[in-house]
Amino acid sequence: MTGILYPALIMGGLGLIFGALLAFASEKFSVKVDPRQAEVRAILPGANCGACGFPGCDAFAEAVIEGTTEVSGCTAATSEVIEEIAAIIGVEANTEGPKVAFLKCKGSTDKTVENCKYEGVMDCRQAAIIPGKGPTACSYGCLGLGTCAEVCPFDAICIENGLAIIDVEKCVGCGICVEQCPRDVLMLVPESAKVQVACNSPLKGPDVKKACSVGCIGCTICVKACPVQAIEMVDSLAVIDSSKCINCGICALKCPVKCISDMRDKNLIAKTSKAPSA
Amino acid sequence: MMSLLALFISAIFVNNIILSRFLGCCPFLGVSSKLETAKGMGIAVIFVTVMASLMTWSAYEFILVPLGLEYLYTLSFILIIAALVQFVEIVLKKLQPGLYKSLGIFLPLITTNCAVLGVAVLNMNEKYSLLQSLVHALGASLGFLLAIILMAGIRERIETNQNIPKCMRGLPIALITAGLMSIAFMGFIGIIK
Repeated sequence: MTGILYPALIMGGLGLIFGALLAFASEKFSVKVDPRQAEVRAILPGANCGACGFPGCDAFAEAVIEGTTEVSGCTAATSEVIEEIAAIIGVEANTEGPKVAFLKCKGSTDKTVENCKYEGVMDCRQAAIIPGKGPTACSYGCLGLGTCAEVCPFDAICIENGLAIIDVEKCVGCGICVEQCPRDVLMLVPESAKVQVACNSPLKGPDVKKACSVGCIGCTICVKACPVQAIEMVDSLAVIDSSKCINCGICALKCPVKCISDMRDKNLIAKTSKAPSA
Repeated sequence: MMSLLALFISAIFVNNIILSRFLGCCPFLGVSSKLETAKGMGIAVIFVTVMASLMTWSAYEFILVPLGLEYLYTLSFILIIAALVQFVEIVLKKLQPGLYKSLGIFLPLITTNCAVLGVAVLNMNEKYSLLQSLVHALGASLGFLLAIILMAGIRERIETNQNIPKCMRGLPIALITAGLMSIAFMGFIGIIK
């Protein structure tokens, strides 16, 4: 009888003591967690992408409650979510408008001159280290090895014909791909800025032409065509100032090499192209 | 003194807890894909193993042995370690938020880690004194840190290697790596007589 009783008592006693100890500790050492933190955490995207600069969504939620960061610090959240968070903690949301990633390159494999058959590690960061221009003859364009697609936590990028294709529906503008791209050919643009120059090469026209048929040749036609002077030339590359651009699409229409992307609604584009551009 | 040093060195290299005793393989493969997290895990294991050794040794010597209940060691050790880890987590969260942030996420993972239990059971089986137990625990957990950091370093490098056949990428190559590391560690046999 004692052979059963003692072990049972000992183990039961140990369990009881530890249970009591833990109960006491959790009471005595309890850390007050703001209930709003859990609420904020619950509506955040939860991908722990780290684009906010904090180790994860939990840390961001904590920082938001403490007031050490802006509510709009989460680049992955839609503006509705940001407003919801702002409502929870009772401050005005400072929404800048969502951003999306944009690829400043249109040089798919059929549009560019092949430079070599790349057979190294299929990772842009590795390929960019190797001397030479990479798979295509343009040393500024998209390498198309898919590092951005790999690092995207939202599965918004795929590679087609040696170009990164961004699904703007899925893209939340966290900027991780922009950070990882060794060629800096990706950038974050406001989602509302629908007209963008899709070329990253600052080279002069003839040099661009040698490598790619859709690269910006620096002809300045777009600069002259723009009704609001939103385009300027940086070296031999047209750059659109999104804060001035009114998304009229005239530059995209006039561009002789068609390197300006017009990402507006298809019907809208048709309308502008029909209207006299004077 | 020399025997303690020998025990310490042998716990790190010769009888490496992962690569020679094959304890704690779960975090070794699970948490070793990034160097930073591997480091955090290793340090958390050192912390918990040493504390758990102290507790389990005391419980065994002062409770189980006097009552002749040595056969209850597995049950009581698990209970003690789980409660200890939980307790430490609660206390750290309150008193050392900084340390909690760096170790906190790994602590629950260690609750049922067999490396921690294994060290406690080995201490008992080898009939170590308290000092020997603590030295052995520190050595074994340092060995764990060493192995997991080596593993993480290797895995970070082979992750982007395209020469690995597709079917072998990820965990299969990690398992092979672990096996090769284990063979390499066999080379330490004989440095301690």
